[in-house]
Amino acid sequence: MPAPDDIGILAKTIRNLHFHVPMWFTMILLLLVSYVYGIRYLNTGNPMHDSMSSSFVKVAMLFGLMGLATGSFWARFTWGTWWIEDAKLNGAAIGMLIYTAYYILRNSIDDEVKRGKFSSVYNLFAFPIYIVLIIVIPRMAETSLHPASGDTVGFSTLDLDNNLRKVFYLATIGWILLGVWIATLKHRLTEIKRIDEEI
Amino acid sequence: MLLTLIGFSAMAQTSMDDFFYQSGKIYVVVAILVIIFCLLAFYLVRLDKKITKLEKEQDEA
Repeated sequence: MPAPDDIGILAKTIRNLHFHVPMWFTMILLLLVSYVYGIRYLNTGNPMHDSMSSSFVKVAMLFGLMGLATGSFWARFTWGTWWIEDAKLNGAAIGMLIYTAYYILRNSIDDEVKRGKFSSVYNLFAFPIYIVLIIVIPRMAETSLHPASGDTVGFSTLDLDNNLRKVFYLATIGWILLGVWIATLKHRLTEIKRIDEEI
Repeated sequence: MLLTLIGFSAMAQTSMDDFFYQSGKIYVVVAILVIIFCLLAFYLVRLDKKITKLEKEQDEA
């Protein structure tokens, strides 16, 4: 597929748009599903909803890790450094830590009902804070190196002939489907384990 | 000794930079694909192992 080859320091790495960005889209979507199932668990007390919620967080963390790793590598060869103090980057890192804490919280509680309730309530607060950290605060920041945050523009302004867009939308749909599929696999595995233990 | 080590690391740095900066930085894209593939594969292999363990437990039961 055609893509621009000479966008300043990006050169041909503009193609990373189809990999780095959908990672975060997928992570946000998986966390949204987890959030909804967290609320459903609090309403119904059905352990299936809790397993759905926790499985989606785990796979979302995998995508977040891929997003951080690809972003850091991309930054090294465009901005010249693995990491900088930037609202977008630090927000994403704090967001990952918030969900790492979710994971630790879950593992520290043995009682199934308590674990479900605690982690669902934690999730209830974690997701809005996460969205604020990775989207709202970076937008409000005065300066930033990261595209579409602070004083920088998004990639759509570079995509004059709309060729990037064609690939990008397809890539995003593909990555999201892959993420949802892996998360449901993880969910089914935890469900089988749970039902096994009940018997 | 220390100086040679620093020299080596500086050389490694520049040769890595040269590699990734050539041909319009296209190898950066390749490296990012490799990173994604490795992490995904790592996770899927772990999932596979967990399923295998479950299957074995089911066979024994």
